[in-house]
Amino acid sequence: MIFANLPVLLVIIPLIAAAICTVLPWKHSPWALATFATFASFLCICKIVVQIYAGSTIIYPMGGWLAPYGIEYRIDKLSAIFLLLISGVASFAIVYGMPATQKEVAENKQKFFYAIYLLCFSGLLGVLATNDIFNIYVFLEISSIATYALVAMGKDRRALVASFEYLILGTIGATFFLIAIGLVYSMTGSLNISDIAIKIRPVVNTIPIKMACAFFTVGLALKIGIFPLHLWLTNSYTNAPTFVSSFLSGTTTKVGVYILIRITYGVFGHDFSYIDLPLGQILILLGSVGILVASTAAILQNNVKRMLAYSSVAQIGYIILGIGMANVPGASGAIIQAIFHGVSKAAMFMAAGAIMLSVKGVRLEHFEGIGRRMPLTITAFIISGLSLVGIPGTAGFIAKWYLLQAAIASGMWTVFAVIIISSLLTLTYVWKIIEVAFFEHMDAGRGSVNEAPLIMLIPMLGLSFITIIFGVWPVYMTGYVSQIVTALFGG
Amino acid sequence: MTLDALNYWVSFILMMIGFFGIVSSGNLLKKLICLTIFQVSALLFYISVGYVKGAAAPIIKDVIIDYVNPLPHVLMLTAIVVGVASMAVGLAITVRIKEEYGTIEEDEIAELDFKKHKRESKKK
Repeated sequence: MIFANLPVLLVIIPLIAAAICTVLPWKHSPWALATFATFASFLCICKIVVQIYAGSTIIYPMGGWLAPYGIEYRIDKLSAIFLLLISGVASFAIVYGMPATQKEVAENKQKFFYAIYLLCFSGLLGVLATNDIFNIYVFLEISSIATYALVAMGKDRRALVASFEYLILGTIGATFFLIAIGLVYSMTGSLNISDIAIKIRPVVNTIPIKMACAFFTVGLALKIGIFPLHLWLTNSYTNAPTFVSSFLSGTTTKVGVYILIRITYGVFGHDFSYIDLPLGQILILLGSVGILVASTAAILQNNVKRMLAYSSVAQIGYIILGIGMANVPGASGAIIQAIFHGVSKAAMFMAAGAIMLSVKGVRLEHFEGIGRRMPLTITAFIISGLSLVGIPGTAGFIAKWYLLQAAIASGMWTVFAVIIISSLLTLTYVWKIIEVAFFEHMDAGRGSVNEAPLIMLIPMLGLSFITIIFGVWPVYMTGYVSQIVTALFGG
Repeated sequence: MTLDALNYWVSFILMMIGFFGIVSSGNLLKKLICLTIFQVSALLFYISVGYVKGAAAPIIKDVIIDYVNPLPHVLMLTAIVVGVASMAVGLAITVRIKEEYGTIEEDEIAELDFKKHKRESKKK
């Protein structure tokens, strides 16, 4: 009975917990409830992933109304791996977030903080679980509106301005998305994604569908933070509370990537989006320029959180590049890059946040000599940083390897060069931190700086070891991803 | 012929007016107003999609054959709720910005941030 309802339970549990969170009176109870709800969703998803790994797609008609009239939840291999990413990162982040939130958010606001986090979390899971395109819009907005509020809770007043910018751009993106849904609905008369994918075939070459494709892409580009629409991303990641930036960096943009893959490959079909329409060229161009510009900008930053935010924009560039090349290794590389950028960037934000809490600053000079005082935190940071660079033995290498293969397969040598050069640029900014942390001495006047508490260390080390585990034994992951990609291209 | 598509023209013109306003105005409150105009244009678009010329309201009666499509209209109820929610959050943030900065003009906020930043780096 309960197993049959898992696809909806994973969305409902955090949603109900969010409502309960706001009325809990005791000090740590909202955090405990949020952690419980996150782990409950995570367990539901693990159970689902086990089923899906065995080869079945889970379909759950909401309220017993069958598709295409009713709303349908449908979890296949592509959504399962993203569900696992979101709930996994969230589970690590919520455990990590307790001490950080204790210091950064006022006591009387904490229960609302956790309630909003749960709303955001359930919205993100809803986007992945549902098979109804309008439902995707609604869930996307649930999570986005919650995100605006979370970002605004940052200590610095610049967080408010960042959050406002994010709200304006996010809402524009969502409205574009809404108009695209309207155009598709007017041509196909359906909102169910699998149904649209069939009904769109006879009308695919009409102007409304082409316009819909353009609106979808621009709307999602705003939500993902594709260069040059990334301004909100850097500002809000820099100023948001520590817990929020580590949670968001691993999740929100990745959900946007999921929708982009789902719609351009799954609904419009890769040959239409990337060959008939010039979407592939546009994405490859934006991706390449974005990688180079954002990596260079990251090198020039003095604020480590802002450096990580720029690095996020650059890494999103790789994902877009992989999607834009629209061949089998490209799409595999994009999916692996999306997953492991989420994992390693969350770990890096966690490590930066832990250092920020103990030395009271995130500028480069605050990191002087940190390597001796907080060796485990900096280890997590470096391992994840190496995964971003793409050193063999980390999962980042697997993603880059696929992307290079894709560049060779489609004969784009410029893209090949961009990937190589940008790896060096990534190494430069990761090295800058290693250099400061290990080869500079801390001021004696800084007082005692100790290792982060265990509750913060375990999540960040856990996440960074995941990148190593999948980097050394990538077989299961690559096998699974190749099944996803075959399904996307096989049609 | 053009008049048939009048609704769509109006909705996209409204959309562009809203978009222009968001980009051009420096006052945060004006930005939010334009954002609402921008969102509302999507409502008009959907309602036009659902309309069938000469058809009746979707209430079942024996004599009527054609009904307008109620689904887009129902979807728009949800979209209105989403719009209201994001507007509420936007206004709340504007109030907080006014409290912290004492202004809601974008260029003045940027100036205040710049000054503070300069003072901080001087201290070091």
